[in-house]
Amino acid sequence: MLQVDRLTKRYGERVAVNAISFNIAQGETVGLLGPNGAGKTTAISMISGISRPDGGEVRLGGMSLTEDAAALKRRVGLVPQDLALYEELSAWANLQLFGGLYGLGAAQLKSRAEAALALVGLADRGADRVKTFSGGMKRRLNIAGALLHEPDLILLDEPTVGVDPQSRNAIFDNLEELKRRGKTLLYTTHYMEEAERLCDRVLILDHGQILADETVAHFKERYTNLEAAFMQLTGRGLRDGAET
Amino acid sequence: MNGTAIGALIRNDLRLYLADRRALIVGVLVPILIAGFFGYVFGGTGRSEDQGKIPVAVVDEDRSEVSRAITADLSADPLLQVSALERSAARDQVKSGKQSAAAVFPRGFGERTTRSLFSGVNKPQVELLVDPSQTTSARVIEGLLAQYSMKEISKEAFSGASGRKAIDGYLEQLDKLEQTPLRSDLRTLLNAARKLNEQSSADAGPDGTGAAGADGGGQRNFGLSIPYTVASTEVTARDNTPYNSYSHSFAGMAVQFILFAGIDAGVLLLLTRQRGIWQRLRSAPITRGEFIVARALATTLIGLFQMTAIYVVAILVFKVRIEGSWPGFIAVVISVCLLNAAFGLMLATLGRNASTTRGLAMMVTLLLVMIGGAWVPAFVFPRWLQNVSSYVPTRWAIDGLDGATWRGLPFAAALTPSLLLIGGAAACLTVAIWRFRWEE
Repeated sequence: MLQVDRLTKRYGERVAVNAISFNIAQGETVGLLGPNGAGKTTAISMISGISRPDGGEVRLGGMSLTEDAAALKRRVGLVPQDLALYEELSAWANLQLFGGLYGLGAAQLKSRAEAALALVGLADRGADRVKTFSGGMKRRLNIAGALLHEPDLILLDEPTVGVDPQSRNAIFDNLEELKRRGKTLLYTTHYMEEAERLCDRVLILDHGQILADETVAHFKERYTNLEAAFMQLTGRGLRDGAET
Repeated sequence: MNGTAIGALIRNDLRLYLADRRALIVGVLVPILIAGFFGYVFGGTGRSEDQGKIPVAVVDEDRSEVSRAITADLSADPLLQVSALERSAARDQVKSGKQSAAAVFPRGFGERTTRSLFSGVNKPQVELLVDPSQTTSARVIEGLLAQYSMKEISKEAFSGASGRKAIDGYLEQLDKLEQTPLRSDLRTLLNAARKLNEQSSADAGPDGTGAAGADGGGQRNFGLSIPYTVASTEVTARDNTPYNSYSHSFAGMAVQFILFAGIDAGVLLLLTRQRGIWQRLRSAPITRGEFIVARALATTLIGLFQMTAIYVVAILVFKVRIEGSWPGFIAVVISVCLLNAAFGLMLATLGRNASTTRGLAMMVTLLLVMIGGAWVPAFVFPRWLQNVSSYVPTRWAIDGLDGATWRGLPFAAALTPSLLLIGGAAACLTVAIWRFRWEE
């Protein structure tokens, strides 16, 4: 379904993403793992159409991002790492904006927003201002915002960062429900247990390059567990650079 | 164009504006309060009796009939509020700002002025102690002092005792000099003046009240006065429609605070860039053009809401009237709002961070509104600044609004300011489109 071919991004002399290539099949959940500064967010930005690649190509269902970005964007839902919400507005108002950006009419938007809020467990909080929500509720609403246009591919950039275990568990339930509905997920995280629980396949990225592309079962078989594989492939040195 | 997306963006910006109570207060309530204050200070609706008198002290060290009469005339003038003080007290009050000026009549003022009226020499000096921060008031006082002095001194010369004495003294001096045709003519003139003085005194009677009574005929009333009267007519939209200074103050403050809203819109865009919401916007199937159009329209609508709210209060409470063309007024208002929206977008594309951009933009805006005549009318500016002012968009906006309100001008008069404002909007928008960073 998603084909990423030799995707490259440079910032001046520095190569943030260096000719990465991978495919994701329909309904598959893929984890994109890497230490800080590995190039995960840059890769997600390019696939979602936010950032223009310096080289390579992204295709979704045969559609090229370069040739028809608007059509491809309609099939992709992005859950950014930073909360993409207006805290001064209600959850409903936020969803009305996000649905409107994808051309949803009033009736369609209402039913989809209700469904999205129900999925993330916020059906009774739609009229409340986002600033009254807990961190976990905001994270769940952040996910709901990416579902309104019913995308085929959902890109999740560290969707559980900064939330308590209960909220993380709730978010996981939401993502597993999406998986059951046949959505394709590309998921970046630092938490190995999340990837083990959710992902069918894991890509390990470091210094802008893909070091491994295997199923979770394969990693477990070869390295005991995913964390051992991660540490062995990326090394034990600290990564204090900026997140890219 | 994706109309649904543009509509969603506009609706969202309006929601954000209405959700921010601070923006509502700053954008609507504050300009009304400030415009109300300025309008009141500069004369209000023009119907008030309390127009603010100029405080002036009079120090009468002469205590002559002339100095007392001048003091009485000054006290009766509707522009002045006169206090009789001693010199030291008068100086202190001018220094402390309680009096705009103090006029000091020196000893011998009355006698010397009537004499020097004919001789032109040995003139006494009236000392005017002036508050340097109120020079305009001092000029008014100086003018009124000259007017009333001329009246009372000439009156004394042609009908008073000291005037007769002064004429006699001057005639005596002439007798001692060599006779020339000019001096002969002067002697004839002085003799005629003396005769007039004697006649006036005789008519006034020993008690000075005059045979003709209080109507003034024949008493110590004969003197020089300004040989014309002035009928001042306020040239406003229609005859008998007084000038309403709230019209100008509301125009100025509405323009100023609309520009502040434009700054807020620009800063909001800069802040949005720094938040996750920007990634969500960028990942949506909207184009750069659609985003810019939506932002411009939303800011224009917010400006129109502010303008409407401000002028509704101006009309209902402060009796501001659209005496001229309603379409002209609407054209100017829409043009101002378009310019403001483009100005906000331009700021967002030129600024690097929110706080610096807000500070710089506020400074520029305050300069523009000052030069544009929003605070004080442009006529008080030096000539060069008036010339600069005519190139400033805020001046076009205020002139356009003044024209449609109290000046009562037709639609044609609103066209030039409207077109200039739209031209300014186009220029700002061009810069905004050119510099707007959408791709990363």
